[in-house]
Amino acid sequence: MLKIAKAKLPELFTSLAAQGVLYTPVKMEGVTNYAVWTDKAKVDLDNQTTRSAKDVFFPQIENVMDFEKAGLKLSVQQRMIPDQTNIIFGVRGCDARSFEILDKVFLKDPIDEFYKARREHGVIITLACSAPDETCFCHTYDIDATAPGGDITTWLVDGDLYWEANTEKGKALTEKIKGALTEADAKAVEAQQAATKEIMKKLPLADFKIDPKIPANLEKVFNSSVWKQLSSTCIGCCSCTYVCPTCHCYDVRDFEVDNKVERFRCWDSCMNRDFTKMAAVNPRPTQLERTRQRYMHKMVYFPQNNEGTIACVGCGRCLQKCPVSLNIVKVEKALEVAKDV
Amino acid sequence: MLETNATENKNYEPLIVAFCCNWCSYAGADGAGNARKSYPTNVKIIRVPCSCRVNPLFVLRAFQRGADGVILCGCHPGDCHYTSGNYYTRRRMKLLMGMLSYLGVEEGRMRVEWVSAAEGNKFSETMNSFANHIKSLGENVKLRDLRCKK
Amino acid sequence: MQKIAELMKKEAISLLTEKKVANVLGWKTGEFFYDNEAVNFSTPEEAEALVYNEFCPSNLSKYLIAKTMIEKAPTAVFVKPCDTYGLNQLIKDHRVNRDLITVIGVPCSGMIDINKIKTIHKMKGITGVEVDGDDVTVKSVYGDRKFKKADLLLKKCMACKGSDYAIADKELGERMECKHAPFDKFAAVRRLEGLTAQERFAFWQKELSKCIRCNACRNICPACSCEQCIFDNQYSAVAGKANANSAEEQMFHIIRAFHVAGRCTDCGECARVCPQHIKLELLNRKFISDINKFYGEYQAGADAETKAPLVDYTFDDVEPTISAKGVK
Repeated sequence: MLKIAKAKLPELFTSLAAQGVLYTPVKMEGVTNYAVWTDKAKVDLDNQTTRSAKDVFFPQIENVMDFEKAGLKLSVQQRMIPDQTNIIFGVRGCDARSFEILDKVFLKDPIDEFYKARREHGVIITLACSAPDETCFCHTYDIDATAPGGDITTWLVDGDLYWEANTEKGKALTEKIKGALTEADAKAVEAQQAATKEIMKKLPLADFKIDPKIPANLEKVFNSSVWKQLSSTCIGCCSCTYVCPTCHCYDVRDFEVDNKVERFRCWDSCMNRDFTKMAAVNPRPTQLERTRQRYMHKMVYFPQNNEGTIACVGCGRCLQKCPVSLNIVKVEKALEVAKDV
Repeated sequence: MLETNATENKNYEPLIVAFCCNWCSYAGADGAGNARKSYPTNVKIIRVPCSCRVNPLFVLRAFQRGADGVILCGCHPGDCHYTSGNYYTRRRMKLLMGMLSYLGVEEGRMRVEWVSAAEGNKFSETMNSFANHIKSLGENVKLRDLRCKK
Repeated sequence: MQKIAELMKKEAISLLTEKKVANVLGWKTGEFFYDNEAVNFSTPEEAEALVYNEFCPSNLSKYLIAKTMIEKAPTAVFVKPCDTYGLNQLIKDHRVNRDLITVIGVPCSGMIDINKIKTIHKMKGITGVEVDGDDVTVKSVYGDRKFKKADLLLKKCMACKGSDYAIADKELGERMECKHAPFDKFAAVRRLEGLTAQERFAFWQKELSKCIRCNACRNICPACSCEQCIFDNQYSAVAGKANANSAEEQMFHIIRAFHVAGRCTDCGECARVCPQHIKLELLNRKFISDINKFYGEYQAGADAETKAPLVDYTFDDVEPTISAKGVK
């Protein structure tokens, strides 16, 4: 294990930024989000980011190809597959696990080349949690917030940042910047890990679990009467979808200018009215079908197609950001006690 | 984020969109033509039945797609062909101009003028002065969708 | 507020038992103390779960669109004084059927902002909140802390319009005042107006670049009730789901603020629900301040009859000329 004094973090970030594009959680205009690090950035390692780390691998808007018309000739140009190295610092256990879930979608045949390139050129430096919030429930999915994994794991204990490389990529990066770090033993880290685990036992969602009957009973869950009440106050915005680390639906659209068309993809949400609008019909005409769809996908369809993995990492963003306080915890608890499931 | 640190280029030909109401201003434009009073060729006229047909969305869309200046021409208040359309225009556009200035867009990029069918001279003078003013303000960078390169 | 909650529960149960209404819109407890959720009660048993406390900031009126226009069911709704303006606006816009609504006014002494507790006071791991008059105790696994309620109010409560109900068929309990420090809701607008155009542009660039186009502001707004928003309409040419650049960032917000200009009741819900804490109230209040300045003081939703300023005119309205100050 290595370490560096917290006061010297700017030096660490400077040397990391020389190895690629460095993203850290930055506080800007009152909110904390991942942003490209500059020496003027107000790095914020105390608060959860509003948007998740999926932005780095799956940006909200991305051009994929261009069409150009010159007389009767039409040319098609694919956009370059990204090849710059991205280093993301400060990823928590929840967001780190979300990458594994997104991999199951984007790296499955047919492979998404843009996502794949970003993943291959991305180095994930995680930061262990020491002050979990009441909205956190990563333990539900066997995520250890005190040992979040990634290519390199870091811990902030008292005045020091401890550093441990886990993968080949992590070791290679550590080699390049280890001048800034010194040797350390793991005692302080282990103490913090134990203390954090004790706090987690006292949090309101400490015993929250996804009842296994939910992913196992598609028809019953789909037809349950609880959806009417659950979806009745949903306003159909995309707040939950866009802040969620595992949501991954997108739309493909064209932007036309004169003789050129830029084809891009952008995030979309199943909560949107026109998400499933088709030529003949919209199979999800009311908010009930749409709200139900999101939770069915996360708790039933995805696990059924992916060896039981629930498409949630317990980050708690939907609990914090939903305007009408609807979230996966509420839905699970309603389904758990529902008599028709 | 503003995609480039483009400063407003002042050495250019501005693109101006003029929404002209069919009954007064468009006829005024014809009048300018009949009297051989010239106005710049980079003023693109869009004919509308009444100045109150113009939705603030049209104005913003014009800026977004590359216009450097937008001017609305309508009948004089009290003379609207539809009786009261331009009264609504007055309120709507006053508020829109306030909002654009509040967002930091240069004052004068958007203008409203009342030009009647008999005022061919006024039409030509207005367009000339507006085009000069827009040229001095520089290219519209703040509201333009930079994917729409000119 | 506990006494009011009990009156509300009695009212809801009696209305449903006597079948005077088919639905009662109210609140019930969420997962934690601060995330009470809006809920529709359709039986007296369900109404036992009704709560009302310092964490009920949402305006329930907008749910009446579905209840009275689609389900066509008689519905009772509990509204705080600020909510009544939004309800009047919905009635004026013909988006709800007034005849099917029973409006029950409930008093409010201010709602608490959990985000203030979490961000300004940096509290985490919150397990409970106790309110005793003006004193608030926040319990957490990291240690409890005490506050004064006036320091924890929602930003929208700082601009409280007072305890009068703009519309109510019945009032429950005694009216309450929201005690807060003096607050000039147009001060921030005037401060922005006093900056140079470049400074203003830089400010709005930074604020609006946070926008993720989640549409929470639009969907929660009582004045935004179009069946299909132009931004969702693929034929409208401005349809978009993400902001490709600053022009798109600005477009959504300018147009939305303009579409509600003159109808915005300044309820503050849009700014409250924004996940990125964008200062949306500064856009809407600019329009309100301009309308007040040019066309006379106007409070949208104060009644359901007067014409909104943008569908009205006088012969002497101010001309839309550029200001005498010219380009800065």
